[in-house]
Amino acid sequence: MAEILKRNKALAVNPLKASQPVGASLAFLGINKAIPMLHGSQGCTAFGKVFFVRHFREPIPLQTTAMDQVSTVMSADENVILGLATICEKSKPALIGLPTTGLSETQGTDIKRLVRDFYIAHPEYAHIPVVPVNTPDFTGCLESGYALAVKATLEVMLPEKTDNVGKRKKQVNVLAGSFLTPGDVEHIKELIEAFGLRPLVLPDIGDSLDGHLTEMESSPLTVGGTPVSDIASMGESIATLVLGNSLFDAADFLKAQTQVPDYRFDCLMGLEAVDSFVSALADISGKPVPEKIERQRAQLQDAMVDAHFMLGFARVAIAADADLLYGMSRLVTEMGCEVVAAVAPARAHILESVLADQVGIGDLEDLEIAAKRKGAQLVISNSHAVETARRLGVPLLRAGFPQYDLLGGYQRLWVGYRGTRQSLFDLANLLVEHGHIEPEPYVSIYAQRTGESRATPASGQTH
Amino acid sequence: MQAKDIAELLNEPACTHNKKEKSGCARPKPGATAGGCSFDGAQIALLPIADVAHIVHGPIACAGSSWDNRGTRSSGPTLYRIGMTTDLTEQDVIMGRGEKRLFHAIKQAVDSYAPKAVFVYNTCVPALTGDDIGAVCKAAAEKTGVPVVPVDCAGFYGTKNLGNRIAGEAMFKYVVGTGEPLPVPDELQRPGITVHDVNLIGEYNIAGEFWNVAPLFDELGLRILCTLSGDARFHEVQTMHRAEASMVVCAKALLNIARKLQTDHKVPFFEGSFYGVTDTSNAFRDFAKLLNDSSLTERTEAMIAREEAKINAELDPWRERLRGKRVLLYTGGVKSWSIVSALQDLGMDVVATGTSKSTEEDKARIREIMGDKTKMITDGSPKALLGVVKEYEADILIAGGRNMYTALKARIPFLDINQEREFGYEGYSGMVELARQLALTIQSPVWPSVRKPAPWAKSKVPGVELGA
Repeated sequence: MAEILKRNKALAVNPLKASQPVGASLAFLGINKAIPMLHGSQGCTAFGKVFFVRHFREPIPLQTTAMDQVSTVMSADENVILGLATICEKSKPALIGLPTTGLSETQGTDIKRLVRDFYIAHPEYAHIPVVPVNTPDFTGCLESGYALAVKATLEVMLPEKTDNVGKRKKQVNVLAGSFLTPGDVEHIKELIEAFGLRPLVLPDIGDSLDGHLTEMESSPLTVGGTPVSDIASMGESIATLVLGNSLFDAADFLKAQTQVPDYRFDCLMGLEAVDSFVSALADISGKPVPEKIERQRAQLQDAMVDAHFMLGFARVAIAADADLLYGMSRLVTEMGCEVVAAVAPARAHILESVLADQVGIGDLEDLEIAAKRKGAQLVISNSHAVETARRLGVPLLRAGFPQYDLLGGYQRLWVGYRGTRQSLFDLANLLVEHGHIEPEPYVSIYAQRTGESRATPASGQTH
Repeated sequence: MQAKDIAELLNEPACTHNKKEKSGCARPKPGATAGGCSFDGAQIALLPIADVAHIVHGPIACAGSSWDNRGTRSSGPTLYRIGMTTDLTEQDVIMGRGEKRLFHAIKQAVDSYAPKAVFVYNTCVPALTGDDIGAVCKAAAEKTGVPVVPVDCAGFYGTKNLGNRIAGEAMFKYVVGTGEPLPVPDELQRPGITVHDVNLIGEYNIAGEFWNVAPLFDELGLRILCTLSGDARFHEVQTMHRAEASMVVCAKALLNIARKLQTDHKVPFFEGSFYGVTDTSNAFRDFAKLLNDSSLTERTEAMIAREEAKINAELDPWRERLRGKRVLLYTGGVKSWSIVSALQDLGMDVVATGTSKSTEEDKARIREIMGDKTKMITDGSPKALLGVVKEYEADILIAGGRNMYTALKARIPFLDINQEREFGYEGYSGMVELARQLALTIQSPVWPSVRKPAPWAKSKVPGVELGA
């Protein structure tokens, strides 16, 4: 069990953390024809928007209640109601997410009451669900904000307890954690479909943020994602797959409301984790594991054997949100690596299970110091760690949010047998390219060599 | 090359094989042969000479699939890593234009890369069509003013082992003795230390591993005139005849050159290895003995005591991990016994070793080190090797890269010990790397993962069970 080291300094240097409102927004961006509106000042939204635009290289619908000086002091309630009405009127969304921010939380907003007030003031929009969620940025991180938004969505969409389990015989709910990329979600759906099941993924950023050109030239709302009408039918599924420890709380709620049995997974990277996921699918569907998936498993095993020479004993430093940190720690330790530095931006239950002696709650400076002290050979973190890795003189594998300097990072497949295999190749290649240590060239004191130079073709020669 | 020349090369008086009825090395058996040809052997032996342009004369198969795939390292020039071949075409072969192309190829190499010398490796096709590479080399040397050395090593002449000897022969015939070493500068003279000149023969500096050992030579006042051929320079090969002693490092590969240095230039030699603590120490002791310098002997013993104490402390944690692990060693020549002592230093148990490329003397040493009950393996086919792994409950297969996937596909830990490997194991500090790599693969968590059947599977997964 990893020892959790509390944050112990006043100044956060090279922050690792992205805020809860940003995380909540991400969850809402995985719902079709939706738009998140952050209850806060303009900046809260503007920064979040840039964050996502750079990461996903997509237009991102994101609105703000635009709290100003007067509304901050006097009351911003009207901003919320006006903002909701404006969006409903202009864009006719299928759902509006309403995360709070540090500003509105400090002011003391009662966001749920404001939504009730909105429906009273605007009964004509009663059919448009609004999901309020308390996500101040002074607690948690992207992952926890995302999880809160998922739970809040379920609370709004499944207000009544139901007992319709299995009414839709092939439908399987998937609560997809924030550690999954659009590429991951896509692959998970394929795996589920391979067993003849129909995945209902919440939130489905694999459908909304996968980066595809559409006929629609522009949209004020999300294009793709979980259809809002589907969410209401989650109680009729035969099972729920919960992907990510951070979503277990949301899963508890879903199960309590619907009685749909669930299968929970802390991560989907590494042979063992994927084995249990695939076993669960075989269980749920009652079908044998398809040949294609067996082959992918065998390919991963082969890659594990090939890559163990490079990855064995490799000292890895990881900084990421808790679920991703845990998954990565499992992936690399299954290969014989040692996680010598592990940092998460905020506390989470899963951190104690991270496969490292210690997990620091902190920033990329903490990671850098620990990595340097322990002689890490490789860093796994987001694009902010580019400079960290450069100063450490080791390669960086980009994972998590944000990845603004890498095309396609948002789309990369990490999970499943296929994703794991590619990760092993990439880790091994990075180590071979940068980390291989050979004896320093030694030139004897007696060597009779003068003016030695490296081989290059003489200039001006043409043959 | 004429048949009598080949026969002469096969007759190696310094080799124990010669005492048997059949002279020289065993013939390859069609349909059941592994291992390289003479060209391969010659190229391996000489390619590490770093400031030489190495031209392979032949169609593409010879150089195309072999260039730049050796782990040998240079501390200076990198010319040896530039692949050069005449890449003969059908027209060249039919029209007999090979020689002409070769001549221009040599000139191009000299013009573009200003090498200290050019080595030309002959291959099967020009050997068969009768290109006179000796004459071409001579003409090219005259034209360019750069030494051009023919290495007549067509693949069909015989095995890789023969190729090694051809390489040694070429060096002895064309290079050794054509240059003189500079005197040791005064500022490098240290009181009480007489500098002795020595050669290392058959040391290839794989992954830079000799750099683990080289500083100790400097410390003892042993000036290495030439290492044939790891991190060597052409000029150094020219001066080998002036050494006071030679050490033959890798098997019999270049034994002929050591023997000829002894007979023609009175340079005594011994055979040794830098793999393992014991062998590394013995190599230095043997130098001191041959050089017959009491001060050197004294300083050597002090150095050995210091280095062994230091490395033993570093190795202790690794010995804990490796003690009692069972090894199947399948490799050629000297490594069949030199690695054994390194493994025994680590507390490991070598249960079987391959001897198909070993000489009688190698085999005798194996018996001496490992006792009579050791299994000697001559059949190196994947099936046979896996059979032995199972039978002897080996924890790891140590062999050349060619066998890597035999082991890995059967889910067996593996260590690459041949030329292509990426890690250096020589000398005292190399032992730590060896121990690390052994523990890395033997204790890797991937083995239980890949041996375990899928949770939904009813049948067992293939593969070899681990030994105790």
